[in-house]
Amino acid sequence: MTDPALAALQFFRDRFAIDPALTSSLLSIALSRGGDFAELYFEHRTNSAITWEDQRVKSATRTVSQGLGIRVVRGDAIGYAYTESFEFEAMRRAAETAARISAGERTAPPIDATPSLTGITYYDTDHPLVAEPPTAKVALLERADRAARAFDPAVTRLDASIGDELKYILIARSDGKIVGDVQPLIRFNVSALAQRGDNRQVARQGGGGRMGIEYFERVTTPETLAREAARQAVLQLDAADAPAGTLPVVLAAGDSGVLLHEAVGHGLEADFNRKGTSNYTGRIGQPVASPLVTVVDDGTIASSRGSINVDDEGNPSARNVLIENGILRAYLQDEISARHFGVSPSGSGRRQSFKDYVMPRMTNTFMLPGEDTPEDIIRSVDRGIYAVSYSGGQVNISNGDFVFSVTEAYLIENGRITTPLKNVMLIGNGPDVLSKVTRVANDYRLSDGRWTCGKDGQSVPVGVGMPTVLVSGITVGGTKL
Amino acid sequence: MTGRAPEGVAALEIARRAVQLARRAGADQCDAIVLAGIESTVTVRLGEVEKLIEAGSVGLGLRVIQGGRTAICATSDLAPDALERFARETVELAAISAPDEHAGLPDPALFGRPADAAALQLYDERIEALSTDEKIRFARECEAAALAADPRITNTDGATLSTRVGEVALANSLGFEGSYPATSISLVAEAIADDTDGKKRPGYWYSAERSLSRLAEPAEIGRIAARRAVDQLGARKPETARVPVVFEPMMAVSLLGHLAACATGDALYRGATFLAGREGQPLASPLVTIIDDPLIPGRFATRPFDGEGVATRRNVLVRDGTFTGFLFDCYTARRLGRTTTGSAARGLESAPAPSSSNLVLEPGTLQPADILRDIRQGLYVTALMGAGFNPATGDYSRGAAGFWIENGHLAWPVSEVNISGNLAQMLADIDAVGSDIAWFGAAAAPTIRIREMTVSGR
Repeated sequence: MTDPALAALQFFRDRFAIDPALTSSLLSIALSRGGDFAELYFEHRTNSAITWEDQRVKSATRTVSQGLGIRVVRGDAIGYAYTESFEFEAMRRAAETAARISAGERTAPPIDATPSLTGITYYDTDHPLVAEPPTAKVALLERADRAARAFDPAVTRLDASIGDELKYILIARSDGKIVGDVQPLIRFNVSALAQRGDNRQVARQGGGGRMGIEYFERVTTPETLAREAARQAVLQLDAADAPAGTLPVVLAAGDSGVLLHEAVGHGLEADFNRKGTSNYTGRIGQPVASPLVTVVDDGTIASSRGSINVDDEGNPSARNVLIENGILRAYLQDEISARHFGVSPSGSGRRQSFKDYVMPRMTNTFMLPGEDTPEDIIRSVDRGIYAVSYSGGQVNISNGDFVFSVTEAYLIENGRITTPLKNVMLIGNGPDVLSKVTRVANDYRLSDGRWTCGKDGQSVPVGVGMPTVLVSGITVGGTKL
Repeated sequence: MTGRAPEGVAALEIARRAVQLARRAGADQCDAIVLAGIESTVTVRLGEVEKLIEAGSVGLGLRVIQGGRTAICATSDLAPDALERFARETVELAAISAPDEHAGLPDPALFGRPADAAALQLYDERIEALSTDEKIRFARECEAAALAADPRITNTDGATLSTRVGEVALANSLGFEGSYPATSISLVAEAIADDTDGKKRPGYWYSAERSLSRLAEPAEIGRIAARRAVDQLGARKPETARVPVVFEPMMAVSLLGHLAACATGDALYRGATFLAGREGQPLASPLVTIIDDPLIPGRFATRPFDGEGVATRRNVLVRDGTFTGFLFDCYTARRLGRTTTGSAARGLESAPAPSSSNLVLEPGTLQPADILRDIRQGLYVTALMGAGFNPATGDYSRGAAGFWIENGHLAWPVSEVNISGNLAQMLADIDAVGSDIAWFGAAAAPTIRIREMTVSGR
């Protein structure tokens, strides 16, 4: 396989004449008024999508987006500017604008730029979906459509889409480091409508990762995703109203990792802790969860949606243990926060695009497995909720309060999974819920690649994972008293 | 006023050129939208400048309809040869799609008159003239006021002032051409108080407007953010119960958004709205009238023409409780045998789709205190979390915080609860509408009371 760092360097050099001499001269301009550190982020991104409805292709779309973001750092403060043009004049002006965060004047020392190769890649960049003919993608959509309609006559509508992205990035820093990456990403979405009389239910399913078309053989098939959406929509037709109040909740393996992402992951991002606005501020080394809980953020999982070879500041991605047996071990660090805390960056500096500044972000976040079996855990619950899949969640970083919309959930009665429930919300507090984890199963798995994380208006692809877990009490927002 | 694209590029000229090139490449029908602008952001935290961002951008979105087949492409590379290649590739891409007899540009008789833009007060030259130092001063005053408002405010997440000076241009192959400049400014503050149990209580407030004169006093925004943080100190969960729920204006606005998302032709033809088949029928309490109005001067979703060039108009969604109808763009209107309501929303990278503009829940006559007066036990909502709304069924379930109401007064702060019901039932159960209408972005609402909802707590 091609080294993606090398491929990215060649891409920007051949297409836009961006080389170390150019980046060094722009960095000198960026630091011409002082500043501790500067960085250039070049990006070229192609997105395409085909949308399917009424059993035919509704539309085809393609977007090409390119530009340079320039950041100048002074202490904890940043100056930022970007340009969509790779003409020198436009880039020079952006460098001068970013430089205004500093008020001084000085001659920046010459920058000795050395392109570095990572020599490692966590995803195949040689066979992106972008390169496949459109007919191959349309065939996948047709397969999904047929499978969903064949699943149940109640399924009256199937909307689907297939999207791919290919992103080249190049980061040049004032410490001389130059590093690049090529990041492929695919995404397959289905939405099924089930209808019985006036009762209508829509369910969505999706998946993908940093892969090419082999995803549809290696990981799953369009049929599986479509049948899953159809199954959930039909299931919801007969689902009962959810109970209201505080109950034991069994979180199923896989997608429940989104709860971990919201309930604790964000609070462990170092920017909030540097500013003292997280409920985990100052708690490194202290117990913050049940001893059964170990939480890891790992950007190096092969082909996963959240994986990156290098982060958007040019630091290699890593496996970071955040909570170990209930003890808080580390935050997710970008450059600014790492300097602030006097630690190494953890490969967690990410941004949505060249238009956006870097923040510490998650990659693939999950809880390590325990020793229980999922069957034993369910059997131990007299009356509770079994939560399987989710449409999303939200957290208040400063105190850890969160909510989740659960799209597939069941009542547990006398140790058995019984009635499917609709409109289940879980609401609680991150640290509180983690302290109430009383059992952890041995069935850990990573969710299929469907999650996108939002922070300060910036979206980045992430992965989540979880074993089956019992939480002794979470407030369930239902309608039935 | 001239175009506000950076580098002196005229946005309408780019749109016009893209349409010409696509026609030359063989497009039957096409339209092009250009969004250009200069944006700036200043964040001040603990008195120091934390972020200073400034940049300009221009983006082009081109839609080609070729024998009923649709393709949409977007780019920011506007060099002449790149533009020509882009137009050609968009025309080629359309071949992937299937023919759809409902796809097509609007009837020219429906086109808006771009000349009407000036009266809509979308542009304020004072925003364009603001210096970086002035922006820093606004953010600094705002944050300082939050910190000074109460000794229990121990930290902040800063105050951020953002501005945008932009231009929107649209041209199509049937001869529509229109553009207008638009400005916006927002100032947001988040203050943080420490609770006794170590829990942090954030308070958030903002003002967002199209003109500087309408922006709230920076210090006032900071003081309100501080008060909202301090008010939450000691918050706890009530017992699970069915009680009256009062939404403050900012929260009532969110219900308008949920309703409007269900009242589109798009949701209707997809079978994904609980409003299907309810046109002309009673939906909400007779106290409720909801208007979608893109022609109110100076508001966030105000526009002289929609994303397809159709003249915009005032649409009544709910009149005295009766659901009066859906919002359509050209495609959904043709598909369902209706006419467009001038409601096409449009981004660079996506097809037009119907969406609401400015939403107004018309005020009633009651003072907020009168609305609380006869509640023995209830919840007053000041924050909502999560996306627990199902447009297909109207089922509603969201995380909430606010105050517990006892005997007509706000008695103690509440957090970590959930409120649930069904939007149709909630609208029917609105039994009090306040006179205190307030704007938040593109929507305005007064305080409202819902007779009963499930509040999940302990």
